Parts: sequence; C-alpha cells; structure tokens
Amino acid sequence: MAIEDDVCVIGGGLAGMTAALRAAREGARVRLLSHKKSTLRHASGLVDILGYDDDELVANPFDALASLPESHPYRRVGGDAVRAGLSLFDDVTGDAYRGNHTDANALVATHGGTVKPTARYPTRVAPGLASQDRKTLLVGFDSLTAFDAPLAADHLAAAGVPGTTRGVTVGFPGDFRADSRVTRFARALDDDETVEIANGSMPVRRALARAVESHLGGAERVGFPAVLGEEESGAVREALESSLGVDVFEVPMGPPSLLGLGLEALFQEALDEAGVRRTTGNPVVEFDASDERIRSVSTDRNGRPTPFHADEFVLATGGLVGKGIDSDREEVVEPVFDCYVPHPDDRYEWFADEAFGDHPFARFGVTVDDDLRPLDADGRTEYDNLRAAGGVLGGVDFAAEKSGSGISLATGHAAGRAAGAATNQ
Amino acid sequence: MATETEALVIGGGSTGCGIARDLALRGVDTTLVERGNLTHGTTGRMHGLLHSGGRYAVSDQESAAECIAESRVLREIASHCVEMTGGLFVQLPADDDEYFEEKLAGCRDCDIPAEVISGEEAREIEPYLTRDVERAIRVPDGAIDPFRLCVANAADAEEHGARIETHAEVTDVLVEDDQVKGVEIRHESGPGKRSHHEPGTTERIEADHVVNATGAWAGELGAMAGVDVEVRPSKGVMTVMNTRQVDTVVNRCRPKGDADIIVPHETACILGTTDVEVEDPDDYPEEQWEVDMMIDTLSELVPILGEARTIRSFWGVRPLYEPPDTGTTDPTDITRQFFLLDHADRDSLAGMTSIVGGKLTTYRLMAEQITDHVCEKLGVEGSCRTAEQPLPGSEDFSVLRDYMEEFGLRSPIGRRSTERLGSKADEVLKTDDPNPVVCTCEAVTRAELDHAIADAGTDLNATRIRTRASMGNCQGGFCAHRIAALLHPEYDEATTRTALDELYEERWKGQRHALWGEQLSQAMLNHALHATTMNRDRYPAASDDGIEYDRFDAGPPTPEAAADGGRRDDAHERADSREDDHGD
Repeated sequence: MAIEDDVCVIGGGLAGMTAALRAAREGARVRLLSHKKSTLRHASGLVDILGYDDDELVANPFDALASLPESHPYRRVGGDAVRAGLSLFDDVTGDAYRGNHTDANALVATHGGTVKPTARYPTRVAPGLASQDRKTLLVGFDSLTAFDAPLAADHLAAAGVPGTTRGVTVGFPGDFRADSRVTRFARALDDDETVEIANGSMPVRRALARAVESHLGGAERVGFPAVLGEEESGAVREALESSLGVDVFEVPMGPPSLLGLGLEALFQEALDEAGVRRTTGNPVVEFDASDERIRSVSTDRNGRPTPFHADEFVLATGGLVGKGIDSDREEVVEPVFDCYVPHPDDRYEWFADEAFGDHPFARFGVTVDDDLRPLDADGRTEYDNLRAAGGVLGGVDFAAEKSGSGISLATGHAAGRAAGAATNQ
Repeated sequence: MATETEALVIGGGSTGCGIARDLALRGVDTTLVERGNLTHGTTGRMHGLLHSGGRYAVSDQESAAECIAESRVLREIASHCVEMTGGLFVQLPADDDEYFEEKLAGCRDCDIPAEVISGEEAREIEPYLTRDVERAIRVPDGAIDPFRLCVANAADAEEHGARIETHAEVTDVLVEDDQVKGVEIRHESGPGKRSHHEPGTTERIEADHVVNATGAWAGELGAMAGVDVEVRPSKGVMTVMNTRQVDTVVNRCRPKGDADIIVPHETACILGTTDVEVEDPDDYPEEQWEVDMMIDTLSELVPILGEARTIRSFWGVRPLYEPPDTGTTDPTDITRQFFLLDHADRDSLAGMTSIVGGKLTTYRLMAEQITDHVCEKLGVEGSCRTAEQPLPGSEDFSVLRDYMEEFGLRSPIGRRSTERLGSKADEVLKTDDPNPVVCTCEAVTRAELDHAIADAGTDLNATRIRTRASMGNCQGGFCAHRIAALLHPEYDEATTRTALDELYEERWKGQRHALWGEQLSQAMLNHALHATTMNRDRYPAASDDGIEYDRFDAGPPTPEAAADGGRRDDAHERADSREDDHGD
C-alpha cells in the first residue's frame, strides 16, 4: 500500500526536526525521512543566532538581523520567524536550556579556550558563563586530550574574562582504558558505578569529587568537559555540587558531543509526542514530479525503491558536512532534487588561501524565494511544493558568523509552518 | 667573532644529512646548516619510493645498478624507515611489448630481481588493478620514509660530534683570494629544546671546506660564491589518497610519462607525478591540471582511484643537473645521475664542492663519494662505515616485536608505534601515565608526541613529520588542537596558540588541492569544529579589542528577579535549592 502523508520532510537534523514539528502543529500528517546519524553529534549543543556581523562581535543578535545582506536566510524569513523558531526551541527543550530571559548573547567558554557568543545554552553549561565575575576552576581528565584545562584557563585569562580562571588535570577515577570514549565516562557517572581507587573502592561521583577537592582553592565554580552523564546528567551535577560545595558546569566539546546528542533526543521526543512518523536508515535517491510539483520521493532500501507520497515537501538535508550539498571535481550539486547550487566553474575558486579565510565553499547551498522555495539558475521556483531549510541553504558561512542552529530553527520553523498551512488549504 | 669548523655542509636534506653523518663518523669536525627544518626542501616533498632500479633499467642502467645496491644497504641500516612492499611494472593493452622485454632484460643486466607474472597473477596481488592488465614484472621496490631517514642521519651525526643548525639560512659565502673561507648565516627563530640563536642574529662560520648540498637551490648558493651551477629545478606533483588502494608499488610499464606510479606509504597511497622545469624552486605554480592528470591517468591503471578520496596534494622540485652544453630540452630526459662539482678544478675556486642531481635511494652512496672527496681535500684518513653501521633506532631488531601487552596498547597502535620508533620504542612508550591516542587517523599516542616535541619544540610541523600525527583523513581537524595542547604548560598560551595556527594552516595548504567530494565535506566539518565549536577563528586573546563582558548575558536572573518579570520561573528551581547547600 502506498505511503501517503501531508508533509514529507527529508533530513533529520535540527532544521528537519523543527520543520516536521512545526508542520505537525498545523495539524498535518507528517513524515520525517532521515538517512544517517544526524550531524548533531558533531555539534556543540549551543544554539547560536548570530555571533559576528562583519567581523564584529554581536551582543544582541536581534539588533543585527536587519543589517544582514539580502541573500541571508534570516532576511528571507524575517526577524519574527527567528523569534518563532527560538520560541519553538524553548518549548521543546524546556528546563534543559537557558538563555530565553534575554535577547543578549551569552559568552560560553569553548573547549579550545575561547569564548563564543550564543543565544541558548544547555542548563549544564549555564553556571559557567564567561560574563559572571567568579573564581573559576576548570578540570580536565588526563586521558581526554580534547580538553586541556590548564591551557584553556590560560587562554581565557588572556582573553580578559572577568574573575580568575585556573585549570587542573586529574585522572578520571577508576580503571578506564586510556582510549575510553566520552560516552564511557558518561555512562559510569549515570550509573554511579563503583570504581577502584588508591585505597579501596567508592561510587564514581564521589571519587571524582574527591579527586577535584584538593584543587578547589577558593573557586566558586568548577567546569568539566561535557561528559557528566547522558541520562542522569542533572543528578550527576547535583551530586558533584553537593560534594564540592560549589556550582558545577560543563564545557561544550567536539564530536561525539553529548550535548548535541542530548539536543537531538529532546527533539525526537517532541516529534514522537506530536505524532510525526519517522523513517530512518535509507537515503532518498529519486523523486517523481509533474506539473511543477513533487509527487513522491523514494528511498533506496537494499536496491528496492520505497516511494513516499505527500502534498508538501521540505528539503532539510544539510550542507556539505551532511552531504545535502555534494561535489565532485567538476561541480557542486544538491543531490536529491538537483536544485540549482551557484558555484564558480573553477574548483580552485571554491576556497580562500587561508584556513580561516572567506571560503566560497562555506556558502554553497540552494537559493530560495521568501517562501523558502528553491530557485533555479534563472531565478524561477523549482517546484511549487518544495521548501528548503537549514544547512542546505546557501549564501551564508554559518561557522564564521556563528549562526548555524539559529538558521536551522528559523528556516525550519518557517518551512514547516508554510508546508503545514498549505496542506490545510 | 667567527665559529670554526673543518667541514661545513649546507642543506639539511637527505644528501646533506648523509654527508654530515659520514663526515662525523670519520672524525671530521662538521657543521650542517639548513635554512628551514630538516627535509625542508625536496627530501620532505617526494613520493617515498625506495627504488629497486627498475624505473631506470632501460634508460639509465648505471643509476639502476646503484639503486638496487643501495636499496639492499638501506634495508639493513634503516629497516625502521623502509617498508618492502614489492613493486610491479604493469603492461596494459596500449603498452608496447618490445619495451616490456627491454625492461625485463634491463633489470636482469643490472642485477635487479625481476619476474614476469600474468595479468591474473598481478590482479591476485593487487585486486584493484584494471581487468585489462596484460602482464607485469615484479621487482623489489619499496616505500621509504624520508623524514625518519633524514632525522636518523642527523641524529647520528650529532651523536658523533657534528653541529646541526636548522633555521639558519646562508646569507653569504665568504670568498678570499679564490678560496671559499666559510659562510655567513642568519638565525631564525628555531623551535624547541635545540639551542637556537637569537632570531635575526648573524653568525660567521669559517670552514676548511664547504659542501653545497642544497639540491634545487644549488644555483642560488653557487651564485653567492660567484660560480655557475646549472641546476635545472623541475617540479612534480604528488597526490595523497585516503587509504592504501594498493599495497605494492605500481608502475606503468612504458617508456616515460607523467602520472605513472602509485606508492603505498604508511596508511596512504601517493600518486606521482609530473615533470615540468621551473625558474624558481621557491615560487612556481601548483596547478589543477596536474592533480587532475594524476587521477585521470592513474585510474586507467587502478580504476577505483577515479572515485576514491584524495586528501591533499603537494609539490616537490627535483634538483636535476646536466653539464653545460648538453642541451636537453625535455626535463624527463635529463639524467638522474648525480654530479660532484669540484669548484677548484672547474672554476678555480678552492674550498667548495657542490653536489647536484641524484635521488633519495642513492643518498648514502652520494654522501660516501662526497665525503671521500672532502676527506681527501682535508687530508683526513679513514674509511666509510655508513653502509654497515645501522642508523639509530634500527640496530635492535628485537624491539620490532609486538609491544602490545607490555605497553597496554591495542595491537595496530603498538605495532605502528614501534615501527615508527624502532629501538627507541621501549624508552618512549614506557610511561606510567595513561597514554591515549591523540591522532586517531594515524594512531599516534601522547607519549610518542611528547617525545617528538622534546626534540622539535614549538614547531608542530616538525613533530608532525616525526610522528605522522595530523596526516590522515581529517588533516588535523580532529587533532591539531590536541597536539598543540601538549606544548602547554612548558610553552605559554600565546606560543601554543601560534603553534596551533601554524600547524592548521600548513594542513590547509595541501588540502586546497583536494577540495571536492569527501574531502570538501571534511573541510567544512573542520571549519565548523574549529570556527563554530571552538571559535578559533576569533580568539579573543589574539585580538586587540577587549570584550565588554558586561554587555553579554550573565545568566538567568535570580529567582526574586524572575518573580518580578522573568519569563520562566521553573528554570530556576535547581539553582534555588543549590544555594542552600553552600552559602559561601
């Protein structure tokens, strides 16, 4: 029997999940197709709206939106859509995130020892904000090489953060392999496993507090790499705070990022509650269109196509990282619908010479109209019932201006609302 | 005030380091100066082929015979730098039968073990070879690590009393009365624990004899002494693949041509190469057509290369030389022989010898002949021992056992670390501290990096060369910051930050030639991790403008304030209860 829905969203990242959720709230029957693990496992878990505008650090992203170039996705959807996307985000994440009490950006310490402007931050991160004038101790683990706490502390001090920042490296208590993944530490803390230490054994939360205790000095807060539990992170932090007698926070980390994965889990829970049907594991490889409308897309399941029919489609397959935009030596393409992706013919014009230069490749993506419908090379709508959201959109280097999550939320929200509304007509 | 030495060797490539080692072993007081780091010139920019001699068996049999002899020597003295992969000369339908027979006969004339195998047998050895393979000649080609080789030679020279001065550029050759008296060098900031001089300071080094071993740069050095050295630098591209599509060196069996060799090297394969004469060995175009040609032409031989992931490309310049008036127009026809230019005979300029041409496989033989010549000039007796005396790290074969259990490492890492470290493995890897893997692509552990940093200091590219850290698929995206962090606290935050930027930029440079498909995706991920997650493109500590921290969110208002208009009370429950736990 044919699979039929009102709205079909392709791509299970932040933009796709937001679009699916928003469309479902319009009362639509929604299908979310995702192929591989989403790129949220690479993401810090911070939700940035806009951190830099023309190289200037932005204190209030909402003030800066209007001055962005016309081609910017935020200009396409408008400032209200940015707020609406964030509001949906706040609703989904509830107590797990902070930052909705103000329009101002927060500055969060990164594991590389800089501070990063961001609009929403996990509650686990909140006590660590750089603008608080407090004595801070950063704690790293000697087998977790991605976070060198003494170095990060020196970087932060050199950046002039208020208060004092010290760093110390300790061994994670217990007999873990030198190459344990962060999830192994997190699980041990979730379960409060009993670990062997120098003189006997004790639960790992207590053992960790004990390992840090003697380094406290006069610290008013202690920051750990973001490995303090997956399921029970609140309990882990509370246990450490009560043992140490100070606030405990976490520093966002690179992949695999527990904060990014945690964010994904919150959205998936909301999707299930909203009745969104999720189909995962197979790529969309072809589609059927007539009269300038997409009729169905098909996933490839071991060589057999499975068609999914819908009235409205949302393309949220991500950018270069998630392969929503792909390339070979000759050209850059959007592989699902072959939407137009502007790019120079000569691939030696795709990059800047400096590592952090103004890379054209970072802006690769589809161009859209004000309703987020992809445009062809002549500026005409590709399909009447196809909208694009998130990283697949071009015209912006989200990494340089720190806007990736914000764009996903704002455009995901706008695309989902429009798609849902269209099916009601 | 001048420093004095008996022999001064200019150039820290394989030839210069080989000469310095040989001289030092014969008891000559030796100084080596290099403008960059060791391997900075051509040595660090080649495909890592240990020639059986098969490539020259038709065109240049003298070179071919030297290659097989020296290959045998290097397998003995530098086993930790060599992987004997074996090699194939593969004939496709378009390739000439007659040339195939000449190649086979040539190998036999030169004492190169050579065996003809069928196309089917060749595909059993290398399953990714095209189905069209007619037949192949099997020869003892191998892969050699030029970085380790060079460092091992320099280390042994130092152990025998030589002074090795890197980051020291020759600014003038001192000539008096048709006699080279020495050189003037300018010190640049040198990394690490090596004692370097103040950057920007100059030093006069007086020498009884100067050896110009600057390869492609020999003409420039010669000019400082007022002599012509007609070196003809020729560039070639090397394209690095993400994995070992072949485990054997694969050569196309045809007379000559670009893009005809694939060399497996550690975890990667290197495709080579082009051969285009350039004016200036420091400034020449790195061109897209060269990269495209590697992939397009070599995928005729190994079709999967057309689809496979390229992680970067780099270029090197060959130090080709031919005697004046030879007049060869095509650089591929210029001999690969080396030439010893005795400027006393040639230009009536005493006290200096130049060495040009040649290739890595025969570096030791070249060094021996130069050293014989220099010793004769200096009146030093003593015979060459470099063909018998193993290089450091290679002498104790028992250390190449599996160290897995002893060091608590998982097997591929243990094996590979010990291969990289040779007999130093025991000393380096035996640590009481946890020894996590820092570079996962290449499986390089912290202990190994710490050991390399002890030598190379803040020059993380030198550490990279010693360990291969950051040379895999991610090109430093996942590990560059972890490697840099190992410099701290010995070096301060600003130094660490600069060192990281240098490493990251260097990795970027080569990736620019591989930016499509998977590697473009990787580049965007690296950009996101470093610019977004770490915000490394905006290090506040690196900027002159301070941040006005009080303009930014300092966290949700206190519960009392929230009651007065905060948007969400429930958010603060935990913060609330926490304050009761500790009232400081």
